[in-house]
Parts: sequence; structure tokens; C-alpha cells
Amino acid sequence: MAAARDLETLRRELVPVAGAATLSHGCFVLLLTPSELVPTVRRLRDEFGFDVLLDVTAVDWLGDALRFEVVHHFYSTTHKARVRLKTRVGSDDPVVDSLGALYGSAAFMERECHDMYGIAFRGNFDLRPILLYEGFVGHPLRKDYPKQREQPLVPYRD
Amino acid sequence: MARDVIPIRRAAASSNAFEYFSTKKDEFVGWARKFSLFPYPFVTACCAMEFMAVSASPYDTDRFGAALPRFSPRQADLLMVVGTVTHKQAPVLLKVWEQMCEPKWVMAFGVCASSGGFYQNYAALQGIDKIIPVDVYVPGCPPRPEMVIDGIMQLQDKIARSRHPVVTDTF
Repeated sequence: MAAARDLETLRRELVPVAGAATLSHGCFVLLLTPSELVPTVRRLRDEFGFDVLLDVTAVDWLGDALRFEVVHHFYSTTHKARVRLKTRVGSDDPVVDSLGALYGSAAFMERECHDMYGIAFRGNFDLRPILLYEGFVGHPLRKDYPKQREQPLVPYRD
Repeated sequence: MARDVIPIRRAAASSNAFEYFSTKKDEFVGWARKFSLFPYPFVTACCAMEFMAVSASPYDTDRFGAALPRFSPRQADLLMVVGTVTHKQAPVLLKVWEQMCEPKWVMAFGVCASSGGFYQNYAALQGIDKIIPVDVYVPGCPPRPEMVIDGIMQLQDKIARSRHPVVTDTF
């Protein structure tokens, strides 16, 4: 019961935090601009108790003006609730602020997101490849990466 | 100073005894080698479960002398590549194969090692035969233990049929 009441409070208070917000399958979804990201995350962590950063990923909407949607997921171990933040950035300079100062676990997830989508995270100074290898050209999960392009490290036998 | 060279094969053989002996030597060494396969399991993915099943008692590759996995490539003579190999792992696989002493054989265990399987993207190597020679392919996702045993037996046949030079290329 207490959990349900907390969730209701959360919904009332969370929804006006950002410009646009929805509730999708019991998960709060907030749509943000890059400048709103860090203040919103700080409020989520300090005031609403979202203490776990679950995932940092992105969506490539090829053809849209703001091509990339950086997606953060958070979980609150007190409220047992999840929140999803979507931040739209353009394709020529896809940069959002790093959350490394707020969540230590952000560093590796941001590196992975940088590997796969080429999103730069301002404030994360270690964006070396983590799943890919040194010398890999391009970002394989972007929609314009050719599906079958391989970049072998070992020369093939004839 | 010229060293005395002991000819292995006499220049003018008066009989076929040497050829007979040489043939029997290959047969004997092949027989010995085919029953003392020491596999090195290069296990990367879910086929590992099937590898465990085929090694354990119900199927028991020990019956073929291929029981004792050696986790050092120096001590192994059968490289079993079990599972998907990515481009990032390919240098490691090549190094392991290069560290194995001759004679050595390679088994591609499962469809990913054989051909890349259903992975055709930036990450997966399209079959380990792109980088190392493969002696026997065992397709399947994962292969049934019977298929693996059949693969081992076909490899044994191949070893028994092969030439086994021990001193030079001709002997």
C-alpha cells in the first residue's frame, strides 16, 4: 500500500519536472533536452531516491533532424520504480553531459554507448573502445553502418 | 668439413622393403596418434554445454582416446573451437593455434565456428577457416553429441589415412 502511495506521489511530482512526460507500462518516461539532463538526474537521485543507474543506450532515428535519442534508465530501490529519460541530440555533434559525477557506474555504460552510436559524453574523459577494438572505424549500431561490413584484425587465408 | 650424410632412402633400392616399412610406419604412427587426441577446448559460447555433455559419462569421448582436455596449447594436438569467434577474439585464436606443436588438428564445433552461423554482422568471424585450417566441421546449433562423436571418428579416420613424417618430409 505504502509503495502504491509513493508511486502516486512520484507520478504527481515527476511529471512536471520536464517538458514532456508519459507513463509507459509503469515506467516514467521523461523527454528532455541536453541541458535539462544533468539537473533532472540530480533531482531524481537526491529528491526522489533513484539510486541505481541501470542503462545508458541510444536510438538512431535516421532522417530526423535530431537524429539520436540517448536513453537513460534509473531504478529506485526504495520506491521499486523505474524512470526512463530520453534526450534528443543532433547528428553533426551528438554530445550529452556525462553522468559520471553522479553515478560511478555511468563511465563504462557511456563508453559502450560511445562505441556503438558515437555519442560523446562531455565530462567522461575515457571513451576508449570497451566492446569494440582499437582501430574499428565507425559505429556499428548506427543505422547507416553497412550491415555486413567486417573489420577483421587477422588477415584471412586465401 | 663435409659431414657424412646418412641417406634415409637408398639411392638404388634393390627391393621394396624400404617402401613397405615406410608404409607400415605411417599406419603404425597414425594408429597411435588417432587414439591419443589431446583436445584443447577453445570454448567461447553456448556450445560449451554440448561439449560438457559429450565429454561426460553418457557419451564419453574417452572411448576414442580424446578425453583429457589440456588447457595449454603446448600439450594439445586437437584444437576444438567451440562457439562463436568474434573479430576481437580472432587474434587470440590464431595465437593459440600457432602455439600448438605439430601434428595438430582443428575441429570446428557448432555452426558458428564452422561458418559464422546466423551471425552476419560487424562482430562475428564468418567461420574459423578464414584464419586457420580446419580438419573437421561439426555443424549444428548446437550439434548433437552423436554428431560430435561422428566428427571425432571421421577425424580419426583422417589421421589414420594421413602420412606421418617423423624424420623428414619423405619419411
